[in-house]
Amino acid sequence: MRFLMMYRPDQKEGTPPSPEYVAEMGKHCEEAAKAGVLLMSEGLQPTAKGARVRLKGEKFMVTDGPFTEAKDVIAGIAMIQAKSKQEAIELAKNFIKVGGEGETEVRQLYEPSDFGS
Amino acid sequence: MTATDTHRTIDAVWRIESARLIAGLARIVRDVGLAEDLAQEALVAALEQWPKSGVPDKPGAWLMATAKHRAIDLLRRNKLVERKHEELAYMIGGEHGGAALDLDTALDDNIGDDLLRLVFTTCHPVLATGARVALTLRLLGGLTTDEIARAFLVSEPTVAQRIVRAKRALAEKQVPFEVPRKDELPARLSSVLEVIYLIFNEGYTATAGDDWMRPSLCEEALRLGRILAELMPLEAEVHGLVALMEIQGSRSRARVGPSGEPILLLDQNRALWDQLLIHRGLAALERADTLGGVRGPYALQAAIAACHARALAPAETDWVHIAALYAELAQLGPSPVVELNRAVAVAMAFGPQVGLELVDVLTSQPTLDGYHLLPSVRGDFLAKLGRLTEARQEFERAASLTRNARERALLIERARACTNEM
Repeated sequence: MRFLMMYRPDQKEGTPPSPEYVAEMGKHCEEAAKAGVLLMSEGLQPTAKGARVRLKGEKFMVTDGPFTEAKDVIAGIAMIQAKSKQEAIELAKNFIKVGGEGETEVRQLYEPSDFGS
Repeated sequence: MTATDTHRTIDAVWRIESARLIAGLARIVRDVGLAEDLAQEALVAALEQWPKSGVPDKPGAWLMATAKHRAIDLLRRNKLVERKHEELAYMIGGEHGGAALDLDTALDDNIGDDLLRLVFTTCHPVLATGARVALTLRLLGGLTTDEIARAFLVSEPTVAQRIVRAKRALAEKQVPFEVPRKDELPARLSSVLEVIYLIFNEGYTATAGDDWMRPSLCEEALRLGRILAELMPLEAEVHGLVALMEIQGSRSRARVGPSGEPILLLDQNRALWDQLLIHRGLAALERADTLGGVRGPYALQAAIAACHARALAPAETDWVHIAALYAELAQLGPSPVVELNRAVAVAMAFGPQVGLELVDVLTSQPTLDGYHLLPSVRGDFLAKLGRLTEARQEFERAASLTRNARERALLIERARACTNEM
């Protein structure tokens, strides 16, 4: 099974990550890779560089960042392989320990067998 | 946290930590069977205590410290202070003062080395293949006996027996818990890679409707392969095997049709190929190639798979490159099957006449007698050359040789198509 992890830190965005944080996160990703379960992990750049695209009916609405007031800003994502949701939760705990206070949402990916005939 | 939540957490922690736990203990007690028993005792202790005390902050370290305490108790009871238990003997001496084991150092820094020792032990050639597979999945994969049984379509007692006998054989033959010496390494590593790829293929051949443990074997094999690649980053064939598995794994969504029928590579919907796994496979292949040297069989097979993975459509396939790779593969060891695949690639690159000439050489080889793909391939070339009567005969012959009902149906259909065209 594969799970996507989306990390939303409590701390509002605005301060760039410190070199120590980057080093620690890098080290943690290395450890997860050594465990053979980390498929990918990336940090997301500040919302100032991003945009939100909304579709309502047939109309699009594009809002450029920053979205500093938003409480749901995702700072990083990772995809892991695990045998159960509980295992994914344990792996998410390891990640969030490094990330700092906040919330990591864990979502299972659809697999080929989920679309069985 | 409810008791059930705690139990599920403990299961998950066990899956994540058990291999390292067993590996670290095996280095101390020099016996994988005893190491597993001690690890299991620590698990029982966790199941008893954590629901009340809560899950510790460093669960792996807690389990290791607990298991080591058990080991000390065991040695005290058996008064087995032999030379090989010197590390524990030292700890026994230290324990007299009642000092607790430092949790932070309970999980030693040598854990990578210990994991390597463990995998070389579970894959030791003194064990039969089935035993190696079961022991590896048990001690490194953390799979239960039931899970292994369901994955390989055998009974649970069979697996349990295999594991017991394997541990006994390792003890009786006094197989040392160590990484093989340099001169032994190629053969021993080959044995490890063989086990991992065997597990992968068992999962890869799972069909729709099978117990879900079966296709999950692919993920398990990939996990073990990736772990090994991090432990032995300088071994090109390990990266080669990982590359092969990632790329083959990338096709899982496209391989099976709506009624469970297999879809050949060239007929697959490539939009369903998993690009993340392809990306990972190509990266692993590059690691293998960067290490240099003559490419081994896994790296070569991975390179062939990579050629397909890079083609957005079958027409874009670099068949010339694939043919050359099969030629390299043939250099490693004569194999009529490799030659047959090479003939197919050559025909795609240079036309069916050239392919037919290669296949006709193979027809005289006894090893391919009864191998249905030989007449099937020959029939394909003949059909493309317009020699339809001969083509039909070959397809009929191939149909009579295959035991797979679907394949037979496909081949009979091809034979019929030849008649229709004549």
